[in-house]
Amino acid sequence: MLQSIAEYLSTHTAQILVQIRDHLLISLLALAAASLIGIVCGYFASRSGRAERWITLPFNVLRVVPSLAILVLLIPVIGTGVKSAVTALAILAVPPILINTVVGFRDVPDFMTECAAGIGMTPRETLWKVQVPQALPMIFAGMRTALVEVIASATLAAKIGAGGLGEIIFTGLGLNRADLLIIGGVAVAILSLGCGLLFDIATKKIIKWK
Amino acid sequence: MIAIEYQNLCKQFPGASYLSVDHVNATVEEGELVTILGSSGCGKTTLLKMTNRLYEPTEGKVILFGEDISTVDPVVVRRRMGYVIQQVGLFPHMTIEDNIAAIPKILKWDKEKIDARVTELLELVGLDPDQFRTRYPSQLSGGQQQRVGLARALVTDPKIMLLDEPFGAIDAITRLNLQSELQRIHAGTKKTFLLVTHDILEAFKLGTRVMIMNGGKLLQFDTPQEIVRHPADEFVDTLIRSAKDQEEFWKEVM
Repeated sequence: MLQSIAEYLSTHTAQILVQIRDHLLISLLALAAASLIGIVCGYFASRSGRAERWITLPFNVLRVVPSLAILVLLIPVIGTGVKSAVTALAILAVPPILINTVVGFRDVPDFMTECAAGIGMTPRETLWKVQVPQALPMIFAGMRTALVEVIASATLAAKIGAGGLGEIIFTGLGLNRADLLIIGGVAVAILSLGCGLLFDIATKKIIKWK
Repeated sequence: MIAIEYQNLCKQFPGASYLSVDHVNATVEEGELVTILGSSGCGKTTLLKMTNRLYEPTEGKVILFGEDISTVDPVVVRRRMGYVIQQVGLFPHMTIEDNIAAIPKILKWDKEKIDARVTELLELVGLDPDQFRTRYPSQLSGGQQQRVGLARALVTDPKIMLLDEPFGAIDAITRLNLQSELQRIHAGTKKTFLLVTHDILEAFKLGTRVMIMNGGKLLQFDTPQEIVRHPADEFVDTLIRSAKDQEEFWKEVM
């Protein structure tokens, strides 16, 4: 078994590297899209309880639908390939970012925003200089959860021809080869954990006050 | 020169059946340190927050140095004033230096001017600039944080300082120190200070004149001596007697 794994790794190095690159690309695109949607919606949702219910509802409903089902459902709408995969993964990644953004903004105490106004900041300055920086640690935590989840789920992208490490796993399933399953599975796990770790390091660099 | 003038000032919050501030008329001269004394819910904080347009009056006017502030942009009004609150309200993600420099940075002061001003203010409030300027608020004690709060409020050299129970959450010994420092800072300037407190000793110790409020009404506004000698009504009388009773208690214990 070990021998066949080593052999596959040495003969398919270039192919694996391309798969890793595709896997990361799909995941990061999905994370970027989800962050944009999640943070903007989360900010508006944080401003009232009613807004929060209406904004989080559709995402929580979509989240229940298995990613594989979303992928297949998207094929007639967007077609196969990277676009569909990124869309499906983004839908999966929005809820943790959205929820953490809401909590992050809610956690800024009222006296803090009132004090910012009191010392002479405009509402816009209060938002960018006081509220956003204080919500950031929670938002980053949500993005980290989403990132790990997305990298693990991006395996499914291979199912609709978008590439990534899922290709190795699905080939292994088709050929009934355990060595390929192990290579694919372990690679996804390492990628997911590694990216989580990198994200933590970046967070520490950006948020120095916590 | 009259620094602050309240004309028939009223505030009724939406949904409330009573006036939180009830027809207050008062004038404060430039350079005074006026304390506003009352129990919680008496309208003293509401009165203060109408002075920098954090709240809008339901009726009446606030006039600062002859100018009706309802005609001035709230942000401009607030940048002319210092504002200190009980919770201090330092921004936890900014260093002490950046907290003090928050508004100067928005006003685009140049870096040397900001640096010099931060150093000057930290020295004024009794904190070593080299040691404190790069720290974060969470690394400071409550008393040190409020010193920074004061420095931040003073940064643009405002003519009026509004302080909302600034020492309310600070232990008794540190509070005494800070009260003396505040008196020293006030004495060194021509600034007008308005300080809200529920502590009768603080109000009478610090105030050149004291406003006593109850149920939204301004009951008496006079020097501490005058108030003690001639309490305006029963409420003020009770208030002073409660303070004297406390003094009796201490004599007995000793």
